[in-house]
Formats: sequence, C-alpha cells, structure tokens
Amino acid sequence: MERVIFYILAVIMIVFAIASVTSRKMLRSVIYLLFVLCGIAGVYFLIDYNFLAAIQLTVYAGGIIVLIIFSVLLVHQIEMKLEMAKTSKQILTGLACVIGLGVFLTTIYSHDFPVVENSLTTTTSAIGTKLLSYEAGGFILPFELVSVLLLAAMVGAIIIAKGGKLTDRNDQTI
Amino acid sequence: MTTALSITKNIHDWLFSTMPEGVASIVEMTLIALVYLGIFSVAGLFLVLMERRVAAWFQLRIGPNRVGFQGLLQTMADALKLLSKELTGTVKADKFLYNLAPYFVIISSLMALAVIPFTKDFHAFDINIGIFFLIAISSIGVIGILLGGWSSNNKFALIGAMRSGVQTISYELSIGLSLLTMVLITETLQLSEIVEVQKNGWLIVQGHIPAIIAFMIFMIAGTAETNRAPFDMAEAESELGAGFHTEYSGMKFAYFFLAEFINMFIIAAIAATVFFGGWLSPFGITESIPLLGVFWFLAKTLTLVFLMMWFRWTFPRLRVDQLLTLEWKYLLPINLVNIVIMAAVVWLNLTINF
Repeated sequence: MERVIFYILAVIMIVFAIASVTSRKMLRSVIYLLFVLCGIAGVYFLIDYNFLAAIQLTVYAGGIIVLIIFSVLLVHQIEMKLEMAKTSKQILTGLACVIGLGVFLTTIYSHDFPVVENSLTTTTSAIGTKLLSYEAGGFILPFELVSVLLLAAMVGAIIIAKGGKLTDRNDQTI
Repeated sequence: MTTALSITKNIHDWLFSTMPEGVASIVEMTLIALVYLGIFSVAGLFLVLMERRVAAWFQLRIGPNRVGFQGLLQTMADALKLLSKELTGTVKADKFLYNLAPYFVIISSLMALAVIPFTKDFHAFDINIGIFFLIAISSIGVIGILLGGWSSNNKFALIGAMRSGVQTISYELSIGLSLLTMVLITETLQLSEIVEVQKNGWLIVQGHIPAIIAFMIFMIAGTAETNRAPFDMAEAESELGAGFHTEYSGMKFAYFFLAEFINMFIIAAIAATVFFGGWLSPFGITESIPLLGVFWFLAKTLTLVFLMMWFRWTFPRLRVDQLLTLEWKYLLPINLVNIVIMAAVVWLNLTINF
C-alpha cells in the first residue's frame, strides 16, 4: 500500500517537475511547481513526519508560491508566452542537466541506506527541545544564528522598501 | 494512515472481515471521503440558508420561507438550478487554470474539515499536529482565489484576487499567533487532546484575560480570512462586480460560494474546539451520552457562525489601508504581547482549573 502511494507521488512529482520547466506560460509553470512541492509534503506525510510536511505546506506552498504568484500577477499579461531559448543554449543546458543528474545518481547509488524497521513519529515537543538544547547534539547555536540572520534580512527589506530619507519640504524657501 | 472512525467500528470490522486488507482500507477511505463530501454540501447549503434568514431577520424581513418547511429546501433548489446552468468562460482566459481554481478552494476547505473533531469518535484524521495542519491548509486556499482572479482575464477579478491575497496573507499571522497563545496552555497541537485538556474547564475560562483577548483576535482575523464583511474587499459588490469570481458561472461559481461558507464554518469550529471545549458539554452534564457531543459541538459552532453573520450586518466595510493598519499596527503587536502574558500566566500557574 505505502509502496504504491510512494510510486504514485513520485510519478506525480517527476511529471510536474518536467512540466514546470517546459511550460511556456509563466503562471502554469508556477502551479506545476506547486504540485511538485505538495508531492514532497505527501512523501513527508507518508513517512509520518507530519511536522515537516506541515512546514513544507506553509512555507513553500502557502508562502513562497503565493509570493511568486503575486510577482507574476504584477508583471505578466495573460497572453504572454516565454521565449524559446537558442539551440546552442538548449544543448548546453541539456549537457549540464545530464552531468548534474549523473553526479546525483552516482552519489545516491554509492551509499546503501539502512532500512528503519519501526517507524517513529516525531513529536513537535521533541523537535522544540532539540532546537533549544545546548547540550551535545542540541541546535541552539544554529537556531539563534538563523534568527539573527532573519532579523537582519527583515531590517534590510524595510530599509530598501523605505528608500532614501524624504526631504522635509517645509524648510524650503521659494 | 491513521483514520479512526470508531462510530462506524462495525462497518470497519465488517469490511476487513469480508475483503483483503488493501481493498478494505481503500473502500473505507472512499466511504469516509463520501461522508465528508455529504457533510460539506449539506452544511454549506444549510449555512447559505441560515445566512439569508439571519440577514432577513436583521433587516426586519422574513426571508426565504416558501420551499419546504420554513424554506429549508430553498438552497437545495438553488443548488439544483445552479447545476443545470451553463458554464460560461471568457475567450482569452487561460482555460486550464480557470477550471482548476475552484478545486483548490474546495479541496483545501475539505481537508480542513477532516481534522475537526465533531465528537469523540467522529474524527476522521486525528493528526498529531492538528492545529498546525489547519493553519498550513488554510494558506493553500488563497492560491485558488489568486488563480481564479488572474486567469479570468478581467480587471475586476484581478483586483479582487490581489486584495484577497493581501488580506489572507496578513491575517493568517494573527490566526496562527492567537492559536499559538492557546497552545501554551494545552501543551499539545493534537485537536483530540486539546479537547481532553478542557475537561477541567474550557480554555477561555482556564486562560481568562489573555484567552479572551486571543479569542477576540481570532474572531476578527477569522472573519478577515474568510473574506466576509466587514472585510469583504475581495468582492466588494459596489466597486468590483463580484470580485475574483466575476467570470464564473453555474456550478463553478457555486464551488467558490460553498467553500466560502464552509470556511466560515471551519473558523467557527476551530474557535469552538480551541476556546469553548469542542464537543464537551457545559459542566459535563451529558457526559454519559457521548452521541450528544455532536449536538454540543454544532450548537457552539453555529452560535459563533451567528456571531460572524452579526458582524456582517453591523459593521461597514473597511478600506484597504484601514484593513492593513488594523492587522499590522494593532492586532499583531497586541498578539505578540498577549503571547508573553499567556506564557507568564502558565508559568506562574495562574490558570483557573475546576
């Protein structure tokens, strides 16, 4: 049963991933990308890692895809189609893809992955404890680093969005 | 897959005794899906009728009362009419996305419906991250609205979709944070356990002041999230036609319409489960009759739905800038402070327990 579901998800993900890069309509390829991300969330659900699946849905499907859709909505007209690349470019990209796929597959097949017999459901409290523990194997340092990084990104975004200081026109003499 | 519906335990046992395991589980899943589709359509149609009757009551009219007893079959008749209507579309629309959009909205609200506990045994998908799953799912529904608005190739629809997107993304934060405030008390995200915790008093009593603040924020944000008045910028009739579903007709329009009402039901159901004890009876008066849980759950939920309808006919519509100011300058800071207060309350053991 689980094997069947896994293969269904895998086929969905591969088909939509290819459709996403070959479609010439921008919003359609975004939607195909959304299906791929939902498929990944499905795989997480399949291995009972519910928390990560929900994170995948909120952050990628609900957050990033919506942002991409927004930017497409702002710049793209419904009748526009993306250009086809030049033949030389197509061949180059194809070669790069084959090389990348080769490296990827050889890395995967050179490892043997041990099969876990009893599936373990990771609870949210376990994740939280691990993230904030400062003992061996805890993740407090990366957690804090990431939060500082996010804060810096947020401050930067606000400064860019605000632009230069507005000049106070009240002082000007005509 | 942990589908636990022990109210139908007999059916479950019978299925597994007559069929091989794989087939039986598929049949069971299909049956549960059909039951939830039934609930979805019946509840949606009933809520439409309720909205119309409540609106009439607020405006000193009678409302639909001709078809069936007190107009109970009115919306059924409307649905039949919509089924037989022609599906129109615009010429230069992106047909694929145009047809796909209603299903995003419908599927996301159906998935949210699955994790809500109607009563102790009537709970299709008791996932261990319940509330978080609800928040995650509700962020997908907006994609359907954005797609529908864009692919109709219509200016009104596009503006409506953009407004709806802005609104949903902003208010999702408040929904998540106000629910997080309550999770501080329950110490679990699983909806069945959240209800169990409330056997010592509903959470709105247990958490007293911060819980009441969280409840108010949740109801405001929930009303905004479902695009209902006074936050119905997305489909402001006087300026945008019908907003993002201007170009939809017949059953596809009905999908959007039903999903909107079901989303309202879901928001009310979450509020009833998290703040008012879900299927628990007040002071445990009917604890010996577990089937009455459905009654209590529906009574609480429909009361909250009525509250949301009351909002609709009481407050005038907000402007876009007022809407965003309300969220980012008021609700969000209040919410963040509220979480700290709630943490202090839980830490110092100031919760009220019976």
